[in-house]
Amino acid sequence: MSPKQQSQYAIELDGVKKTFDGKEFVLKGIDLKIPKGSLTAIIGFSGTGKSVMLKHVLGLFKPTEGTVRVLGTDLSTLDQNELTKFRCNYGVLFQSAALFDDMTVLENVCFPLEEHRRNLKKDQVIQVAQTKLKMVGLDPKHYNKLPSEISGGMQKRTGLARALALDPEIIVYDEPTTGLDPILTEMVDNLILETHKNTPGTTSVMVSHDLSAAFRIADFIVMLDAGKVLLAGTAQDFFNSDIELVKRFVTKGMKHQ
Amino acid sequence: MILEKAKKKINDVGEVSLFAIESLRLLFTQPYRWGEVVKHMEFIGNQSVGIISLTSMFTGLALSFQIYLGFKLVNAVNLVGPTVALGITRELGPVLTGLIVAARAGGAMAARLGTMRVNEQMDALDVMGVNTKQYLIAPRLVAAVFCMPLLTALFDFMAMLGSWFLCTKIVGLDGAIFFEKIRQTVDFHHIGEGLIKSAIFGLLFAVICTYQGFNTKGGAKGVGEATNNGVVMSMVGIIIIDYFLMNIIRVVYIMMGIQK
Repeated sequence: MSPKQQSQYAIELDGVKKTFDGKEFVLKGIDLKIPKGSLTAIIGFSGTGKSVMLKHVLGLFKPTEGTVRVLGTDLSTLDQNELTKFRCNYGVLFQSAALFDDMTVLENVCFPLEEHRRNLKKDQVIQVAQTKLKMVGLDPKHYNKLPSEISGGMQKRTGLARALALDPEIIVYDEPTTGLDPILTEMVDNLILETHKNTPGTTSVMVSHDLSAAFRIADFIVMLDAGKVLLAGTAQDFFNSDIELVKRFVTKGMKHQ
Repeated sequence: MILEKAKKKINDVGEVSLFAIESLRLLFTQPYRWGEVVKHMEFIGNQSVGIISLTSMFTGLALSFQIYLGFKLVNAVNLVGPTVALGITRELGPVLTGLIVAARAGGAMAARLGTMRVNEQMDALDVMGVNTKQYLIAPRLVAAVFCMPLLTALFDFMAMLGSWFLCTKIVGLDGAIFFEKIRQTVDFHHIGEGLIKSAIFGLLFAVICTYQGFNTKGGAKGVGEATNNGVVMSMVGIIIIDYFLMNIIRVVYIMMGIQK
């Protein structure tokens, strides 16, 4: 593993390009620095490369060109085993929550602890899991239910509790509100904000289509277009931008809210 | 065109082989997944006991009756028992067990892994720092290899029970002669041949089905295709590989002086 470099940035992408077929580039040279401890929203139209970029950050894809540094570590220098261990630094809330459907709510949250905190006894694991579930506001009466027996909102809460189980340094929210009704969307947005406040020092990255949420809760916003960073800055930078596409996105996005 | 297709097929076989080798290698790296192996053994083995017992019993009954009808014409009904025993232990036992378990457990493996893939559960494991091949694939392969000989032994026993029932209780052959002829003809290496083959069939269907499930693309359609491909390829593979295994084992037995 390459020596870890101290950096004020949690995630750094430098000239990241990605092609799957050798012809068409999905990412066309992403240069991006996400500050440590920030709540960053990555926005953009569908098909602009948000999810592909996210998978590079998580080490699920390797860039065709360029480097991805996470917490000072260049991911390309890690072999598969090192990368697997390194991923303990992440907590990810997937769009579908991605809960293991043969495990109960509690077992889902216990799972990462059983995998990576092998020094903990069973009752300690359960205690930590219950603390995380409490933190995301899930009623204890649902702990022994299967994911199919709870609502979509509860599944999101469980997914978030599982993502927080190992106290990760980076929490990634992959389109957490896509397909949810407005009330549930607001609940998830507030949950993200509360979680970010309750876990000081943690860097949160949210990929979203929900512009108003991005402006409301994020302190750093990145807009992608056609595989490139169109604008990165604060909500104010977006409102003040002269870039035509940004203006359109902001206007239409805010109209829909 | 044909050359390209052949090239692709060879590539596919290479990829599947690497997938299996990598998964099995990971079984011996920490954290060990023996608990998962036991869980999958329960699913592949225990839960197949009923269906194997039922089908093998009727296979023994039907096969014995057909052989009885044929041997009756040449006045050799006393050889029904050993003929059925050789056929069951060396061929039908491992092959039919392989086909049944591939359809039942192999199909379930491909569908389960395919669903995990399309529902992002595998991505979740990946980003949780869990090696998906070590956690999901290796235990299934080992469980299939361990369970198949046990299920085949059960198949052999139940089929011979069916054969004994037909011969002695239905067509009225002598029970003592039935057992004596089997004892004279069937040796442990005949049973061993079937058990060795069944372990290889177990590995074959588990590798094919887990590979299909692991590499599922798309949604429900992809899961359906993965399950279908896994089961069909496993069944065809078992029948084809059986012929080659039969010859390989025969040569090995001759070289070892076990068989003439």
